[in-house]
Order: sequence, then C-alpha cells, then structure tokens
Amino acid sequence: MNLPQSVSQFVNQYGAEIVRHTGEHLFLVGLSMGLALLLGLPLGILITRKPRWSKPVLGVANVMQTIPSLALFGFLIPLPLLGGIGTRPAIVALTLYSLLPIIRNTYTGIMGVDPAVREAGRGMGMTDWQLLSQVEIPLALGVILAGVRVATVIAVGLAAIASPIGAGGLGDLIYRGIAVLDNQRILAGTIPAALIAIGLDVGFGWLEKKLTINH
Amino acid sequence: MESNPEVAVKFSEVSYQLGQRSLLSDLNLDVQPGETLVLLGRSGCGKTTTLKLINRLLTPTSGNVWVEGKVTTRWNPIQLRRRIGYVIQDIGLFPHFTIARNIGLVPALEGWPAPRIRQRVETLLQLVGLDSEFAQRYPHQLSGGQRQRVGVARALAADPPILLMDEPFGALDPITRSSIQQEFQQLQRTLGKTIIFVTHDIQEAFILASKIGLMQNGRLIVQGTPTEFLRSQEPEAIAFIQCLRALEPLHDLLKENML
Ligand SMILES: Nc1ncnc2c1ncn2[C@@H]1O[C@H](COP(=O)(O)OP(=O)(O)O)[C@@H](O)[C@H]1O
Ligand SMILES: [Mg+2]
Repeated sequence: MNLPQSVSQFVNQYGAEIVRHTGEHLFLVGLSMGLALLLGLPLGILITRKPRWSKPVLGVANVMQTIPSLALFGFLIPLPLLGGIGTRPAIVALTLYSLLPIIRNTYTGIMGVDPAVREAGRGMGMTDWQLLSQVEIPLALGVILAGVRVATVIAVGLAAIASPIGAGGLGDLIYRGIAVLDNQRILAGTIPAALIAIGLDVGFGWLEKKLTINH
Repeated sequence: MESNPEVAVKFSEVSYQLGQRSLLSDLNLDVQPGETLVLLGRSGCGKTTTLKLINRLLTPTSGNVWVEGKVTTRWNPIQLRRRIGYVIQDIGLFPHFTIARNIGLVPALEGWPAPRIRQRVETLLQLVGLDSEFAQRYPHQLSGGQRQRVGVARALAADPPILLMDEPFGALDPITRSSIQQEFQQLQRTLGKTIIFVTHDIQEAFILASKIGLMQNGRLIVQGTPTEFLRSQEPEAIAFIQCLRALEPLHDLLKENML
C-alpha cells in the first residue's frame, strides 16, 4: 500500500470523527479561554491597583496549576453545580488552569510599564481609567498576549485529557485508541490536537508581534 | 480655608513623612503669579517631593499647600493637574504615542476638537524649536534633547497658568542645554506663566530665576531674589555660590582672549 492510498483510507475511516471531535475540542478550548480572560484580565488589573491582594491571588492561581489535571478532574466529579460529568467540569478545569498565565502576565505586564510614563500620565491629569486603557494596557499588551498564548496551548493539551469525564473532544479518539490498542485511532486524535496547538501558538505569536508596536 | 487668590502657590508649615522618615519639614513658600521660583539643592534634598505636593501626586502629612487660593486637598485632583503643566524628571513620554499625540494629550483629555489640537501641536513644536516633521515620529526616534523639548511642549499644551519643571534640561549636553535655557528664557517672557523650576545647577538657577529657594535635607533654608541669595550667609548657599566663584578665573581668561 503506498502513502497516498493509506492517507485517503485513513481520512475515509476517521474524517467524520476527526471533524466532529475537533469541533468539540475547539469549543472546549474557546469557551474556557473566554471565561479565563473574563476572570483573569480583571483580576490581573485589580491586583495592580490593590498590591496587597497580589500575593494571595497569584498564590491561589499558582496552586491551581500545580494540581495534576487528572486529579483536578477527579475532585470536580462530586462537586455540585460546577462539577459532575461532561462538558461543564471540563470547562471549569480548563478555565482554572488558564487563569495563572493570564493573571500573572496581566499583572507583570502592567507593573512593567515605565514608572515615569505612569507618573507623567497621572501628573497630566489622566483618570485611573484613562491611564489604564490608553497607556498601561496598550503597553502591556504584548506581555498579556504572551500569557494568553501559553494558556491556550496548555488548554489544547489539557482538553484532550478531559475525555474520561465525558467532555468529548479529540481525547475521545485517543483514549479509545489506547483502549483497543489502535494506533491509527490514537493518531487520528493526536495529530489534529497537535496541529491546533501549533496553529494557535503561531497565530498568537504573530498577533503579539503585530500589536507590540515598534517602541 | 481660603488664602489670597493672588498667590499662585503657597506652602504653609508643610511637612511630608514617609513612614518614620521625614522627607520635608516645615516648608513655607510663596510664589506670585508670573514669577519663576527655582528650587535649588543637592540631589535627594526633597525638590521632586515638593513639586509633587503642588499637583497633589502627594498630599502633605501636615500643613497645607494652596494653589490659586484653594488647598490642594479641596481641589478635584484631575482638574488641579490639568491646570498645572508638569515636566517630570524622567520625561516620561508615552512610547506608543506619536509626538503629536504626546503633545496633544491634555487637550485631547479636555475634549478639544481634533483640528484645534493639530493646530496647537504645530504651534508648540515651533515654540520649542522642533520641525513639524517630528509630529508623526515616535519618542524612540528622537534624541534625548529633542525628547526633553517634547516634554516641555506637552506640559504647555493646554496653556496651563502654572508650570512645574523637574530638572527638565538635566540630561542634555552643555551646548544644547545652554541654547535650550536661552530659548526658555524667551518663552518665560512671552508666556508669563508661574513657573516652579527644579535644578541642582546654580548657573541654571541664576539664568532662569526671579526667586531662588535653596533646599537642604528637606528644609527650605534660603528664599529670595538672586541678589538676596548671593548675600546669604547659609553655609549651603555659600557652597553653591562657590561653584560660580570657581568659574571666575575662566571668565577673566575669556575676556582677555576674546577681544
Ligand atoms: N517613594 C519613596 N520611598 C522612599 N524614599 C523616597 C521616596 N521618594 C523619595 N524618597 C527619598 O526622599 C528624599 C527626597 O527625594 P526627592 O524629593 O526625589 O529629592 P530630589 O528631587 O531633591 O533629588 C530622598 O532622600 C529620596 O531617597
Ligand atoms: Mg528629583
């Protein structure tokens, strides 16, 4: 059997499943990243305003990251509301894992803005909101995006591990492949997941460069 | 509490502490409208801290600072700062803004229409001696001296009646510095603003001051006209005047050789 033939056979056999699971996978990653941004950006900004809170907030986010992912999925199963089985606990777990890089980079990005620039802005009579939106966030954007990029790539990998709690996604192909010792099935899950991770990494890298204006 | 609104800036018994450390003690100061007060002193004596008390980046631990007859803590800080041009020691231009946007910052915050801002930027670039082609550049594309000019232009943008200048010509080479000082002297005459100017350079103080305030260890130890300053018997004043004296032989040498 030559290569093109085996590829077309592979696509015939797994194409539909790959498309469906890729969709689920992207949904898991997209939704949890959205939630992580919704939570992480304001938290990151908040702790630049209330420095006393920065240690506890970053500490909690840090601890979250050190919990092994399988264990976190396990913890979530008995929890009411957020936990259980299916997509919801998977999204909760992915969101929690993505928080640290987003909070930390938002915080360090803003704190890294030249104090002279911040002082000039305040001295000119900018309100805190104007300073944040016109100066601090634009200048921190590269660092913030780097955090989002890391979080996203991690989430793509983690989403594949969420399959055993019924989250769907490309992990379904991988786990079933492992169970029935079917290497092709494992690859049908692994290759698209890797391509998604690489694609998002390159995409965010490009955005990061583009938005970090030449200064 | 009100004070005479004729006085542009007034300190009465102002102290500023940071934790246990006293950065400023018992400052009393009067600046009349149109006057240029030069705060002179060695580095670390509290000059920058004094300026920050005027635009309420800091508030006194005790005593009061009055701006245009109103205590700073009773001013809305945003309104207060928009009435006071501020040239900070480290310039602090926004690196992601063009020069035009940097200069037009306060007018934009004040909601001026765009054409008026553009016109104002044009005028200010001319005023500080920069070609209008600089408008579309970014700060990193300018030399240190050009950036300092932009810092001055930005502070003047909304035509504030009071100007705080913190060692604005500090980082310049002596030739640029001297020419910018002379240009600034011209500006002083045409603009008629109240200026509080910080420097550690006695020569600069004498070029620009209508009044000199000498600071040492967080205290204002001499306050008066340049002539009064020269007569002061304070050791610190004498030490500064000595720096000028040191140049006298040079002046003689110049006279002999340049006729
Ligand atoms: N945020 C701060 N924390 C601790 N010390 C400070 C702070 N700001 C200023 N100081 C100290 O206060 C003194 C006066 O500072 P400053 O007003 O900047 O002096 P100057 O402008 O005359 O050089 C210095 O000894 C400086 O170290
Ligand atoms: Mg200083």
